[in-house]
Amino acid sequence: MAATLNFELVTPERLVFSGEANQVVVPGAEGDFAVLAGHSPFISTLRPGVLEVTLPQGSQRLLVKKGVAEADPDRLTILAQTAVPLEELTGERLASELRAAEEQLAAAKDDHARMVAEGLLDVLKRMQLKS
Amino acid sequence: MPSLKDLRNRITSVKATRKITKAMQMVAAAKLRRAQEVATAARPYAERMDQMIANLGSRITDKGSAPLLAGTGRDQTYLLIVMTGERGLAGGFNTNISKLARQEAQRLLAQGKTVKMMMVGRKGAEALKRELGNHYIDRIDLRAVRQIAFANADEIAGKVLKLFEAGEFDVAKLYFAEFKSVIKQDPVALQLIPAKIPETKAQATGGAEAIHQYEPSEEEVLGDLVTLNISTQIFRGLLENVASFYGAQMSAMDSATRNAGEMINKLTLKYNRTRQAMITKELIEIISGAEAL
Repeated sequence: MAATLNFELVTPERLVFSGEANQVVVPGAEGDFAVLAGHSPFISTLRPGVLEVTLPQGSQRLLVKKGVAEADPDRLTILAQTAVPLEELTGERLASELRAAEEQLAAAKDDHARMVAEGLLDVLKRMQLKS
Repeated sequence: MPSLKDLRNRITSVKATRKITKAMQMVAAAKLRRAQEVATAARPYAERMDQMIANLGSRITDKGSAPLLAGTGRDQTYLLIVMTGERGLAGGFNTNISKLARQEAQRLLAQGKTVKMMMVGRKGAEALKRELGNHYIDRIDLRAVRQIAFANADEIAGKVLKLFEAGEFDVAKLYFAEFKSVIKQDPVALQLIPAKIPETKAQATGGAEAIHQYEPSEEEVLGDLVTLNISTQIFRGLLENVASFYGAQMSAMDSATRNAGEMINKLTLKYNRTRQAMITKELIEIISGAEAL
């Protein structure tokens, strides 16, 4: 079995990433899940959160929002409406994402939506502290 | 008979016009290349989306759970989303889209249906205002937008979905021009809601498709996908439109430049003839004057 899987991250605007990855941690709608090579066929929707990609030459973290992930034994395709590398998410951009997340939390109708919004807000706040 | 000075002035003015149309053509060509790149970059997303929906759609027989797929069960109220350009001087681009939408609207009205229209882009809204202005429910202006982003499409999709949830319409159709080539752009109508499930394309992984696990559930995933797909379709339409617009503008400006060139040739010929005629006339006058002495 191959040690890496073919990983593709696609947004409507472009193909963000395409290549081999060792492991991808996906923020699924019902909890995070890690995908390694040989994962059973699986489709899940995404919740807004951080996607962690481990590549042979290091790792990368991206903020993804709205989308679906499709895993097969040898590949993983993620369709996300937005995907921003965390290191690009600073200053103005981070502030506007924070505002959006707060609005989302305020508009959350049920516990699940509230939990998702809180999680996102948490990630963003930690980012803000760091920068 | 225009004087020499008049002719000279006309030639200068046509030359200035030619310079402008030539410049516009080149600008359109550069922007067209850019627009095509963006459209190509957006393709993988739409393709994968189609594929997933097709895979899922073929498995789920009970579509009642996703109203975006099943529709409302009626077809009384139609929402026509007409996407045109913000600027003119692009040959038949805006007119063709407006014409297609107008025909459809009139056909539906003749059948006694209710027609609501959402106008994206200034030109189409102006073209149809006199006849169908009272059917407008929304106008979206993208003039300030330099580069169409997914957020623009998402905003429109949000409005459409809100209207759908409020039960404001039963069927939604999208009008835009599909980019075939620089000289060919076809206005098309695309049914947005109820969504059509694309035909399943046999995939290389074949048998593996059947045993996918779904989280949360198949129905919910499909519902989510179809919602996302509305934004994607609108985005695709907008991008196609931009490419078509510049394609149409480029060929329109190309023929304008050529026409101006022809006109300059004709005017120059006329100018030279007139000049020659004047010289000849003056010579005759001098010679006959000399002979008379």
